[in-house]
Amino acid sequence: MLRRTLLCSALALASTALTVPAMAQSAYPERPIQMIVPWGAGGGTDAVARIIGTMLQQELGVPVNVVNRTGGSGVVGHSAIATAKPDGYTIGIATIEIDMMHWQGLTDLTYKDFDFLAMVNADPGSVMVSVDSPYKTLPDLLAAIKEKPAGTFKASGTGQGGIWHLGLAGWMMSHGLKPDQVTWVPSQGAAPGITDMVAGGVDLVPAALAEGRSMIDAKRVVGLGSMSSERQDLFPDVPTLKESVDSDWTLAVWRTVAAPKGLPEDVAAKLGAALEKAYNSPEYKKFMNERGFGMRWADGKETTRIVAEDDATLGTIMKEAGLAK
Amino acid sequence: MLIFEQAAGLVFQPYVLMVILASAAFGMLVGAIPGLTATMATALLVPMTFFMDPVPAIAAIVTATAMAIFAGDIPAALLRMPGTPANAAYVEDAYRMTQSGRGDEALGAALVFSAIGGLFGAVVLMTVSPTLAEIALKFSSEEYFWLVLLGLSCAVFVNPGSPTRGLISLLIGLFVATIGMENPSGEPRFSFGNLELMAGIQFIPAMIGLFAVSEVLRTVTATSPRQKIPRSDGGGIFRSQWKNLKQYPVQTVRGSVTGTALGILPGAGADIAAWISYAISKRFSKQKAKFGTGHVEGLVEAGASNNSAVSGAWIPALVFGIPGDSITAIVIGVLYIKGINPGPTIFINDPQTVYAIFMVFILANLIMLPLGWLAIRGARPLLSIPPSTLMPMILMFCIVGSFAIANSMAGIVMMLVFGIIGFFMEENDIPIAPAILGMVLGPMLEQNFITSMIKGDGSVLHFFERPIAAGLGVFTILIWLFPLLMLILRRRSKATVAA
Repeated sequence: MLRRTLLCSALALASTALTVPAMAQSAYPERPIQMIVPWGAGGGTDAVARIIGTMLQQELGVPVNVVNRTGGSGVVGHSAIATAKPDGYTIGIATIEIDMMHWQGLTDLTYKDFDFLAMVNADPGSVMVSVDSPYKTLPDLLAAIKEKPAGTFKASGTGQGGIWHLGLAGWMMSHGLKPDQVTWVPSQGAAPGITDMVAGGVDLVPAALAEGRSMIDAKRVVGLGSMSSERQDLFPDVPTLKESVDSDWTLAVWRTVAAPKGLPEDVAAKLGAALEKAYNSPEYKKFMNERGFGMRWADGKETTRIVAEDDATLGTIMKEAGLAK
Repeated sequence: MLIFEQAAGLVFQPYVLMVILASAAFGMLVGAIPGLTATMATALLVPMTFFMDPVPAIAAIVTATAMAIFAGDIPAALLRMPGTPANAAYVEDAYRMTQSGRGDEALGAALVFSAIGGLFGAVVLMTVSPTLAEIALKFSSEEYFWLVLLGLSCAVFVNPGSPTRGLISLLIGLFVATIGMENPSGEPRFSFGNLELMAGIQFIPAMIGLFAVSEVLRTVTATSPRQKIPRSDGGGIFRSQWKNLKQYPVQTVRGSVTGTALGILPGAGADIAAWISYAISKRFSKQKAKFGTGHVEGLVEAGASNNSAVSGAWIPALVFGIPGDSITAIVIGVLYIKGINPGPTIFINDPQTVYAIFMVFILANLIMLPLGWLAIRGARPLLSIPPSTLMPMILMFCIVGSFAIANSMAGIVMMLVFGIIGFFMEENDIPIAPAILGMVLGPMLEQNFITSMIKGDGSVLHFFERPIAAGLGVFTILIWLFPLLMLILRRRSKATVAA
């Protein structure tokens, strides 16, 4: 009796083991999908992941579970995505940090370890000052930064070597200044940096305008310039750097949906189509507008191109600023 | 008055009340499971709030978080397993009370004084939000630096035994806080190339290990059979609280005020509030020696403090969209999605919604009393389980909780390692509480010190250049010098008497 049960279960196991991969190709998805977020619950990336997850769930008809794998400045979560089995049941949100952390020597992981499915959001950097700042326009501020000795001005908004630190360094370099012309004061993120600026702790914050939105609305913070090629829909009064100070510098943080390298083509196609539908849904648009996040769509191929391009740009800046290893 | 009627109309609907009740039960459940935090409860609720109207959506979050934070006291008192760093401040007292058969009183105190603190914070939120938020905006890293130093000075007060051992414990905590790369320079420290260590020591697993696992180890290795916990006298959850309130009115008010004040500051919050309140309570108590041995006084003050801090954190969140903690960070997102944009104008543009949110605060803190009572009664059978069965269960809870915090095995390893560290610390009479304080405040101390030094171009005097910072700095230094001054004065008066 016992032997027969054992035999039966062995057979059952063997048959599932044999049929699952075959089924995966024909009827993907047939079980819940795990979506890994390399950042903490409650942050911007988490919020985007959860809305995308909810929409994907409706589109694909299987549960999409959002799992936060935090730590190591995003290394832990990004590694978890890249090292998962490329079967479409583990996907994740890859953020711009994937183009930075290998330059910093934190990991060997690069964008080449992922199959990108889509880009669903991008937020350009900006230059924000407190409403009490003596500088009311970007040319004024830039002239003062150029004129006064290096280190007179202080800026904040991410940790040391974080994306907005690079955004600032890149902007400085575009005017032929040293990358550390403005001293960077590390902070735990954009919100604490902006709060500190209003408290009089630092002079400017080069983070995304969306991150300063409530303080801009409260007339405590003014956006002087946007690091984008065109003005942002949600902030039409803020000129681009090109318009204002004739700088070609642009930088946007983006969020992409990515899978481990080697995803079967049909699975990638199915996920890509579902993501495009999710992106175009009125719910997603409403969510992104209300939160002040920038809408940006790119399919898998285009996303890979953007990610590769940023990887090169950021590498150059990090080497120049002495932040690369 | 019309606004209040409209607001009440938004809240007192069957659907909204159902949402409040359901999220209260949900929050209670999440909070009572060690390792699952109020932040997690909120994040899990967010996708559900997409499909709700603004008021029920916010109501769900407000209620769930208030419940979760109280419910964290249940495993703390029964199993010595604090749910949040804020609960850790008084876990020793609560646990010792349970061990001596006063578990109902301990949890009752946690419940009632949490509710009182929460209500106090809600009233402050309703009345003087805009003014207080303005003050909070004046705090920069220099001010926070002194505040954190003040918090660290509390180690002297929360420490029951010898100052040297307390200092050793504090230094262990501060050392643990330096591990990883979440420091101002972004350089990995003591990580040995290990990815998980790069992320730093996760707080919840370390705390569960230090308190709960060490207790399991002690029970297992104990040679004499553990004394049976005397049964509670039954029905005493609320009865003794009236007496406590009459005996400790000053402590209740002081805890609520301190908690609200620290909650409003975006860089401080409930964790520091509970520790500082516990320390204040002990400093001014007539029965200092009883603290840490199962005394309810510190529990009353710190319990009121941490819940009022949670309400306080909503003040900068509503008025300026500045998150005071990870919960309000999520809430701000939800507010935007629901078209209620935080800002000074929120009170003008959307008064009925804002007042409806305030009403929910009050409702949530009131509903906490009956639900909390049920939860305490429900958890009571845990105590009659014999240790041989209970200890493996606790260990299992520890493992699940440590895993859940970041979904990684590293959490479990850290928990076990800290369990052994905690065991050896206590065997050598080194208290655990100061180590926890060091772990909570260490990163904040470093962050605020380094950023202030960068801003001041390396000048130490920079810490006294801003008015509030200068005031706080002088105050902190005076507190440190106080015992020394007293000593000198006493010697001098003795000398004059002798002469």
